[in-house]
Amino acid sequence: MEPLLAIMAGFLFASGLYLMLRRNYVRVVIGLILISNAANLVIFTMGRLARGNPPLVATGETMPAEGFANPLPQALILTAIVIGFGLLAFALVLAYRAYRELGTVDVDAMRVAEPPYPGEKTVSGTPDQEEA
Amino acid sequence: MKSLILQTIARLLLPLMILFSVFLMLRGHNEPGGGFIGGLVGAGAFSLYAVAFGPASARGVLRADPRTLLGLGLLVTVLSGFFAMVLGDAFLTGQWLIFHIGEADFHLGTALLFDIGVYLVVVGATLTVIFSLEEEST
Amino acid sequence: MGVLISLLIGCVVAFAAPLLNRAAGSRAGVILALLPLGLTAYFATFVPRIAAEGALRQSIAWVPALNVNLSFYVDGLSVLFALIISGVGFFIVLYGSGYLKGHRDLGRFYLAVTLFMVSMLGVVLADNIITLFVFWELTSFTSYLLIGFNHEQERARKAALQALLVTGTGGLALLGGLILMAFVGGSYEISELLNQGEVLREHGLYTAILILVLAGCFTKSAQFPFHFWLPAAMEAPTPVSAYLHSATMVKAGVYLMARLHPALGGTDLWILLLAGFGAATMVIGSWLALCHSDLKRILAYTTVMGLGTLTMLLGIGQTEYAVVAVAVFTLAHSLYKGALFMVAGSIDHEAGTRDVGEVGGLRKAMPITAAAALVAALSMAGIVPFFGFIAKEFVYEAALAAGSLPRLLLALAILANVAGVAAAGIVALKPFYGPVRTTPKHPHEAPIAMWAGPVVLALLGLLFGLAPGLIAAPLINPVAGAIAGAPVSVELVLWHGFTPVLGMSLMTLALGIGVFFLWNTWRESRFARGFNRAFGVAPENAYFRTIDGMLWIAHWQTRIFQSGYLRHYLTTVIGVTAFAVGFTLLSRHGLVLPGGWSAITFYEWTLAGIMAAGALVAVFARSRVTMVVAIGAVGFSVALIYLANSAPDLSITQIMVETLTVVLFALVLIHLPSLRPVESRASRLRDAAVATALGAAVTLVMLTVLTEPISPHLTEYFGAHSYVTAHGRNIVNVILVDFRALDTLGEIVVLGIAGLGVFALVKLRAKKRRDGGADV
Repeated sequence: MEPLLAIMAGFLFASGLYLMLRRNYVRVVIGLILISNAANLVIFTMGRLARGNPPLVATGETMPAEGFANPLPQALILTAIVIGFGLLAFALVLAYRAYRELGTVDVDAMRVAEPPYPGEKTVSGTPDQEEA
Repeated sequence: MKSLILQTIARLLLPLMILFSVFLMLRGHNEPGGGFIGGLVGAGAFSLYAVAFGPASARGVLRADPRTLLGLGLLVTVLSGFFAMVLGDAFLTGQWLIFHIGEADFHLGTALLFDIGVYLVVVGATLTVIFSLEEEST
Repeated sequence: MGVLISLLIGCVVAFAAPLLNRAAGSRAGVILALLPLGLTAYFATFVPRIAAEGALRQSIAWVPALNVNLSFYVDGLSVLFALIISGVGFFIVLYGSGYLKGHRDLGRFYLAVTLFMVSMLGVVLADNIITLFVFWELTSFTSYLLIGFNHEQERARKAALQALLVTGTGGLALLGGLILMAFVGGSYEISELLNQGEVLREHGLYTAILILVLAGCFTKSAQFPFHFWLPAAMEAPTPVSAYLHSATMVKAGVYLMARLHPALGGTDLWILLLAGFGAATMVIGSWLALCHSDLKRILAYTTVMGLGTLTMLLGIGQTEYAVVAVAVFTLAHSLYKGALFMVAGSIDHEAGTRDVGEVGGLRKAMPITAAAALVAALSMAGIVPFFGFIAKEFVYEAALAAGSLPRLLLALAILANVAGVAAAGIVALKPFYGPVRTTPKHPHEAPIAMWAGPVVLALLGLLFGLAPGLIAAPLINPVAGAIAGAPVSVELVLWHGFTPVLGMSLMTLALGIGVFFLWNTWRESRFARGFNRAFGVAPENAYFRTIDGMLWIAHWQTRIFQSGYLRHYLTTVIGVTAFAVGFTLLSRHGLVLPGGWSAITFYEWTLAGIMAAGALVAVFARSRVTMVVAIGAVGFSVALIYLANSAPDLSITQIMVETLTVVLFALVLIHLPSLRPVESRASRLRDAAVATALGAAVTLVMLTVLTEPISPHLTEYFGAHSYVTAHGRNIVNVILVDFRALDTLGEIVVLGIAGLGVFALVKLRAKKRRDGGADV
């Protein structure tokens, strides 16, 4: 199913990027998750797939069965999933903290690090209303 | 979220899940599992408990601060690597003791120590996140 | 080896100097002066060897892969400059210890000046052009530190930056020229390039090489129109001006032109550029000197004149007269100009001002300094029997012997020297003779450390004038030979008899004395003011306008590229990447599709469908709960894909992470507002286009890669060794904890830092709230 996964990875990348380009920071984080998944799928697919033959050495044997799945991408992805989770946690808490400090989740209104140029038109920094 | 059903289930599941997570970690060298997976399951067990009873009770059950576990885990992984250096190999090269108990061979190696470290780091990091956020919400 | 070791010793001493200054106090200057003294003695030993055996070469591989060697080439030209650098350096260190006595940054002065000396020696001794360039830049860098020595003053900082920018820009051009030269000449060693003159001059890149190299030399040696940085650099303490801006650094450009003369010189372009710019610089510098009353500025402009003279001489360097004139004038100029700068500094130091109009009659208070000034000035004015006389005679002879326009060049040389004579008189006579004036400080004779240098340098000018035979054969002839690229042998004599050139000298002297007496009239005339505006102020203003323009461009392009919006950065980076990757792939490979579509089973299509639906819902969701459920669907589908394709570990990990992700979202999203704002239709369409381009590029790359076979090497290695070597049956886990354990260690460190980062983000805020901060 490699060609299908190639298309799916592209689709997830596109969806993820579109979300990362939104002004609402929550959507940006969701986009980040989609892109993490897509990147893992790319690595997984590029290592080629094998059905029903996990990279395990059976008891009593010293070598895995012929045609076993490529273990290296799996090892890479395994840590990538966990680190992706760490990144997600950090990004989410950053959103929370930013909202507490700046009163907005609109990334266009977050201009503390790169303040607007003199005379530049900016989006209004009014805090978004808390949902009831 | 004080739900009686959830609390009952969480109380029942906590020891089972912790046992399962340690089991997953220990068998990880030969079967699917390992420090990462075991750690995530372990963290899941305490998260469930924290959702049911609040972070303070979960911290009570865990006893140690998750950040201590995190640091301890890193220390263990690094120490497991120094075994090899003492014995003259490169840092983190696996070192093994092999016991023959009856028919079966029993392998004990620094890789297991490393995996225990990974387990502790994953549990520590995840619970640091979950507990601090829970405490923020209550 | 010897040369390299001597430079290394210099470096070590330089960095030890501040400590020594703290430990040895006022004796530090004398101790440190032993280094240049030793170096002078060391380089003096080369003089007889070179006269007897010719040039020496020493080489050590430094970066062999890039053809960079620490190689040194010692011939007459190098040794002359090395002797000037270390010899004058000796007196400068002594002079500095007196001039800056008790200054809190004296240690820093010693460090920078010694480091400068080592760099300058490196420039004149280097054989490898990259080595030369490195030392060349080091001189710019150390001179920046020295000009800006009084860094509390804005003028000093500005002048230092100006000198650095002008010489640094030239340095970049020089690097380009040197590399082109190595490319054409087939070697990075100057000693070998000198034999490639024919090849270099006839190559199509010759014009480019010449212009780039000259851009470096002209900026370094303050040729018009880059001369403005030199008078501005007079903000430096006087020992620095005396050293860098008269005897050494500004002559680096002259040195390099002289060094490369056998390789690049003699063409029409060379003659035109060097003689043209040199003559212009000479005349402009000499007359600008008379437009000022600040002693150091006068000297700075006469230095510009001297540098112009040398450049002009190198331009017409096809005759023996010209190359000998370069050698003699370089030495003579270093002696009298170094001495006069130190005298000017002593006046400033003792009287508290260095404006010619404010000092007078210092002869009684400072007799030794006055005598040294007089002797040096006589040499500068080119009066018999001083060494400057011989130098001036040779300059005139060289102008007369020039291949083209000899009369014009001679006239210009006389015009410049008339002003030079007047300037010498102004510097040496006005402060010391005439009525005594009250000065800001009560003048005393300078301490010995400060008059030793001027006296010795001035007396050397007299000695070499009286007995030129002392240095003709051992020093001047090898120098002239190195510049000409062929052996030269002339006899230096003080008295040539009654020649036309002697008549010119006498005329120069007479006119110069006349100008000296009319100086005040000239200085206040409208012509002099206009002259100063046109040639002194205007080039500097052009520099300031260029800097302002660059700042404007920087500001303009920053506004365009650094909008401050994350989306713009992402769009730019990803749009370019997607386009570049997609375009390259399609143009090189065309569209190739792998097979295997028919093997896709029904449940795989279903999984893909769920994933696609999940992603689409996440994109269009209006509620946060819908969104979380949608990405959950995507995540679990991915877990199932792992499971179906023999990756049970991944599957379990993904499922656990998805579960914890939901917990996280539940904990965070309750604090955050709804999903507004929503963008305009136009920006949504634009973003969709960029996103689609990225997705298409990714798919395209993957499909292309899938048509190529994968190397089984790693898979087989891990399979074969997992159980046998690493005692593990789960190969994925063995890779994680054994084969690639260091990677895993790095990754759990990242995870740990992320966890602690979250903790800090949450808790630090909470603490602030407890303190009653401004938080909500």
